[in-house]
Amino acid sequence: MQPKEIVVPTSSISMLRRPDPLADTQMTVSLGPQHPSTHGVLRLELVLDGETVVNAIPDIGYLHTGIEKTMEKEKWQQVVTITCRMDYLNSMGNDLGYCLAVEKLMGVEVPKRAQDLRVLLTELNRLSSHLVWFGTHAMDLGAMTAFFYAFTERERILDIFECVSGARLHQSYFIIGGVRWDIPENFPALVRDLLDRFRNFLDECRRLVTGNRIFQRRTKGVGVISKKDAIDWGLSGPTIRGSGVNWDVRKAEPYSGYDTYDFRVPVYHDGDVWSRYLVRMDEMEESVKICYEALDRLKGSGSVMADHPKLNLPERDLMKQHIDVMIHHFLLASEGFTVPIGEVYQSIESARGELGYYVVSDGAERPYRVRVRAPSYVNLSALPAMVEGQLLADVVAVIGSIDIVLGDVDR
Amino acid sequence: MSILSNIIDAAKEVVEVARTTAQGMSVTLSHIPTRKETVSYPEEAVTIYRRFRGEHFLDVNEDGKEKCVSCFLCAAACPADAIYIEGAEDQRPYEERIGQDHRYAKVYQIDYGRCILCGFCVDACPTDAINHGHNFEWAVFTPGEMVKDKDFLLANKWREPDVTPNENQLHLAARQKMDKLNIILK
Ligand code: SF4
Ligand code: SF4
Repeated sequence: MQPKEIVVPTSSISMLRRPDPLADTQMTVSLGPQHPSTHGVLRLELVLDGETVVNAIPDIGYLHTGIEKTMEKEKWQQVVTITCRMDYLNSMGNDLGYCLAVEKLMGVEVPKRAQDLRVLLTELNRLSSHLVWFGTHAMDLGAMTAFFYAFTERERILDIFECVSGARLHQSYFIIGGVRWDIPENFPALVRDLLDRFRNFLDECRRLVTGNRIFQRRTKGVGVISKKDAIDWGLSGPTIRGSGVNWDVRKAEPYSGYDTYDFRVPVYHDGDVWSRYLVRMDEMEESVKICYEALDRLKGSGSVMADHPKLNLPERDLMKQHIDVMIHHFLLASEGFTVPIGEVYQSIESARGELGYYVVSDGAERPYRVRVRAPSYVNLSALPAMVEGQLLADVVAVIGSIDIVLGDVDR
Repeated sequence: MSILSNIIDAAKEVVEVARTTAQGMSVTLSHIPTRKETVSYPEEAVTIYRRFRGEHFLDVNEDGKEKCVSCFLCAAACPADAIYIEGAEDQRPYEERIGQDHRYAKVYQIDYGRCILCGFCVDACPTDAINHGHNFEWAVFTPGEMVKDKDFLLANKWREPDVTPNENQLHLAARQKMDKLNIILK
């Protein structure tokens, strides 16, 4: 029998456009995976004509972790320990998305205090993520000092995470039904101290980098993506708001009580690196505002876990005294709980864009499938459209401006 | 004329670049007299928050008996399968045996090549036997050394800055002498 002819769709061929052998001015260069400006292990196959980029092919897979598959092996409550490892700069947000999805599936109501705490910590995490972006983006374009200042400030945020959750990067602090512990005593003072400094810090950033003429000339008009293209590529987060699209999941589909906070979604219209830069800088200011508000709401006390017998481990004193509570504790810790059969999609606004979780349950104590719609992955796919026709040096600026995290791209 | 205006534009640009760079430099210079943010760690103590989830320690009670009853709950709750336990029975009376209960862990290992310090084992333990310490110095030369045994985990307790052994525990602490951690708990 004759083997069937394999038909390759032309669209996939054009994605892999290699240099034309007859046009000997073109050459292929690998940028990465070990290049410091690629923010991780991104490899870009660049087809160059002199200094001009003819095509860029992102080659992903160097950081493939199989996290989505690993989630199917973990119990529902254990999955939060790995969600934060995907987008390691926005770990609180990653946990939040997963927890919200499962809570939606189970129909669990999270107490007000836990919601406020979640908002406060995810916004702090957004700040810390944007600080890393700010530092590395400025450094890629030659401003070393900004990097140190940004990381100093980020250190304080990580200290706050350490204070409240016990870990600096992979907190696993949000669990299904709420958060693991209430805040310690010194927490509000630490946060207020940070927020009070932060406005001043942003001012410094403006004088240091935003006002800098060299920085502006490296970014204005570079890596433009039009409003229509941005929507067609499915971009989200600051990357699409730099192209004039007002899309923010916190406003469009509010979760965790974001609709009760007073904040603005910054939008700029030029679609270039500079616009995306300004969006993120303004966003930090808005995040500070949300943090202040959330911190005020945290005064007083209350429960931080949903009132659901299957979700929280029983109180320790009770557990040590009564055998039935002990058995419940044992079952919960070793077997976990089950989630009703069904599937659900829940998205949140992570520091990079719309982070969605599609969770399927078959009624067992482990997820049947967790699919993650990672903002970095989608945003990276538009990179070829942004850099085509640009200079080689601008590729670095564009990569910085879409703020990808490779752990988020390869799951 | 256009050449002249080009020159004027270029000159303006140079002035603008110089002005904004100087503005940036003023920020940098203003930072020089401020306090240093870094800590020279092994010489100076670092500040660590109480909740910090560091290397575990296995607890003993006030009589110096191991609290662990080898119930395997920590191993079941661990998302990373990092804990290996072999349980055993010790029928001797309380004064002679090493555990607070008849059942104790003959082998108790945590593989720090796998552990992700999530703290689920600590939440699960019904006897408060396993706890997070504050140690974060883990560098070893071979992967095998990352597997810590029971003696090491028991000794870790005495490294905590705010732990002082009572007279029943003194011999344990002496036998498992390790330097105190150079940290300040906040
Ligand atoms: S901290 Fe987490 S990963 Fe480490 S041993 Fe305990 S449960 Fe396992
Ligand atoms: S450490 Fe605690 S949970 Fe683990 S086996 Fe011992 S008693 Fe059980």
